[in-house]
Amino acid sequence: MGDHDPVTDWATDWDHTDDVYAGEPFVIWEKLRETCPVAHTDRYGGGWLPTRHEDVAAIAYDTERFTSRSIVMSEHRPPLEFAPAGIAPPISSDPPFHRGARRVLLPAFAPQAVDKLEASTRAYCEQLIDEMGDRDLVDGAVDYAQHIPVRVIANMLGLPQDDADLFRGFVNHVLEGVAMPLEQRALEMMELFEYLRLQIEDHIANPRDDLTSYLLASEIDGQPLEVSHVGRTIGLLLIAGIDTTWSAIGASLWHLAGNPADRERLVAEPDLLPVAMEELLRAYAPVTMARLVREDMDYKGCPMQAEDWVLLPFPAANRDPDAFEKADEVLIDREVNRHAAFGLGIHRCAGSHLARMELRVALEVWLTAFPRFTLADRDAVRWSAGQVRGPRTLPIRIG
Amino acid sequence: MKVRVDADRCEGHGRCYALAPTVFEPDEIGNAMVSGDGSVAPADENRARLAVANCPEQAITMEEAD
Repeated sequence: MGDHDPVTDWATDWDHTDDVYAGEPFVIWEKLRETCPVAHTDRYGGGWLPTRHEDVAAIAYDTERFTSRSIVMSEHRPPLEFAPAGIAPPISSDPPFHRGARRVLLPAFAPQAVDKLEASTRAYCEQLIDEMGDRDLVDGAVDYAQHIPVRVIANMLGLPQDDADLFRGFVNHVLEGVAMPLEQRALEMMELFEYLRLQIEDHIANPRDDLTSYLLASEIDGQPLEVSHVGRTIGLLLIAGIDTTWSAIGASLWHLAGNPADRERLVAEPDLLPVAMEELLRAYAPVTMARLVREDMDYKGCPMQAEDWVLLPFPAANRDPDAFEKADEVLIDREVNRHAAFGLGIHRCAGSHLARMELRVALEVWLTAFPRFTLADRDAVRWSAGQVRGPRTLPIRIG
Repeated sequence: MKVRVDADRCEGHGRCYALAPTVFEPDEIGNAMVSGDGSVAPADENRARLAVANCPEQAITMEEAD
């Protein structure tokens, strides 16, 4: 994606927005793990790419030397004056501020709260299936996966359902547009925050029973959240909640479409789905996070400089043979599965319980409606580039 | 058998209370607590071991009874 020189050496000149990386990252990570486990690039002002579970975990836990001031790698490093909250609290916040900013969000995403959203999520998945009518050929990403998290998160936040296309546009700009010129990115971001400002004003004037009003009424250490903080947190929830889950649903459908034995087994043994889902999350973990190096330092012989990027490719950690038996095989009955698809440490995906519910319900509804389905055109499948990986085009034959 | 959750390590992934719901439960933010005093009934021991093995933060410790 974007305009950049092709990558010739993944150890010294990697680019995570390259189409080769989007299509076949596992091969790249496997080779790097053996030859250069923390790869370097001069692109984006300098960055590092650990590929072993051990290093991804160590850096995720080390919030002293690696800051979350930005978690999306691009040419642009956000100004320091946004600290301590950062541009999208709490994901962009470091300790100690992080704790309170995360604490206000967690009850809304705890399992007890997520349970209440299951019935409406299921009804919406069934509606999407109904809308496919009697077509033989559908796009699992475009016609199904992408709609589910948009609807769920907009519902939670109390945003108009009709704005779904708008949200998806914002997400695309933030995550897939990292190679766009800074001015253009800034304009897109301003448009998002202006949209959210209007929604928040409406919620201030007319409070209601949704997450936006809940955040506006929340406090950190006895102080109400600033309206700007609420706007940035909502921006985060839209961006982090949509194409991540969309990718997980799409990648799972892709796997089942291409592996009939796994599909048949799940249809015959629906109780296996929770276990199978964890394996699909391990094998196709969609999310890579970024950190910035706080001060010049040495990490296992790598001379990291202040403001260098470090990517945390959780999907690479999940394929490390030192951490998982038969790491490159997808075993849908894998019972011991300590995967890191939702991150490790204090920034564990706050929406992981919601994402798991959406993924489970989406797969249950799909498998009930289409016990038999196959990839219609393997070569037409397109995977997104950048830090969130999932199929964006996924032609599936359901007839 | 007895289990204990290290509250400093637990980040609320929720694998333990999903896999062993009679042994662990979520608190109001989704972090894990042991139900009761952490004693595991013999019928739940396999589920408890699975929970320990699946915790991404390795936050659960287990003491086998002699």
